[in-house]
Amino acid sequence: MAAGRLSFLRRAAAIPWSSIAGEAIDRVLLVAKTVCAVHVVNTYVCSIALVRGPSMLPTINITGDIVAVERISPLCSLIAVGDVVLLRSPENPLKTVTKRVLALEGDAVTFLLDPTKGFATKTVLVPKGHVWVQGDNIYESRDSRQFGPVPYGLIEGRAFCRVRSITRFLLLKHKSFVVVVTFSVYI
Amino acid sequence: MVRLSSLWLLTRKSAVGALLGITISDRYLTISPVRGNSMHPTFSASSTSFPGYLKGDLVLIERFCLQDFKFSHGDIVIFKSPNDHRQIYVKRLVALPGDWVEASSDILKIPEGHCWVEGDNPAMSWDSRSFGPVSAHQQTKFFFFPLQFVSAEIKWVATSFDVIVRL
Repeated sequence: MAAGRLSFLRRAAAIPWSSIAGEAIDRVLLVAKTVCAVHVVNTYVCSIALVRGPSMLPTINITGDIVAVERISPLCSLIAVGDVVLLRSPENPLKTVTKRVLALEGDAVTFLLDPTKGFATKTVLVPKGHVWVQGDNIYESRDSRQFGPVPYGLIEGRAFCRVRSITRFLLLKHKSFVVVVTFSVYI
Repeated sequence: MVRLSSLWLLTRKSAVGALLGITISDRYLTISPVRGNSMHPTFSASSTSFPGYLKGDLVLIERFCLQDFKFSHGDIVIFKSPNDHRQIYVKRLVALPGDWVEASSDILKIPEGHCWVEGDNPAMSWDSRSFGPVSAHQQTKFFFFPLQFVSAEIKWVATSFDVIVRL
């Protein structure tokens, strides 16, 4: 019994614990560094988003388009009129919506109260620190015409590029995929 | 050459440290000094310029609440000002969506996705009484408890600890 226990302890002591621990820490640190780098790039530089819904037709498909979103413009206050932006919905902070910026602070916006009925319009002055956003499809969009001007701080990114089509091309001989992606760039 | 390689090593280490620090402070916890006196008895600032404000109250900010945006009355929150997205304010949450508040002879209902914030020192506070309800997503952080620096020694203010955590 004692001999068995001793040999077990000897074998246990022979395992290089410190180098295993060192390697484990290195691997964990590498994963942590990658996760942090991905987070920083996604939050401060550039990211990808899947945008769905009818409110930005015909610019963005109803069943979903992948758009590339850059995060530098909102941080440096470079958002301009005509930009397609991703913003947190003022009605529900858990939802992110995509709309187009139509007016910046200080501008006056005139819009149709009900685009399907009549020509009654309303004019609103956009207050300081806010922007006016509207979907491209005014008949099916819930935007600043309903919830008012949106504070600039809710803008999360500017969509600058859309992946339009992905076609898969199968080479019978080598069984490899060639993916062709065409981009359309927003100005 | 030795100096160059050690400089490169230093740059790499500080870049990694910066990445880790930015991620932790964006997602989990961060510490920040308080400037201004709008929360006066709760948080006192000593001055508004660097490095004077480091002598005032420092607070520990947690970001876990941003996963589901569930706040309660009396929480102290920090948020971007609705009038200028570069300014960050600290105030106390007074009313949640659906509540009614009285604001300068008007009675308002707080809309969905917004909340009403007010400073503890109403004489010196630029808050919802002036700029209206604040959209919930602009709250980027949530105060947890204050750490008070007294000549480079961290002193825990026990009474404040009890009061600030979940009123």
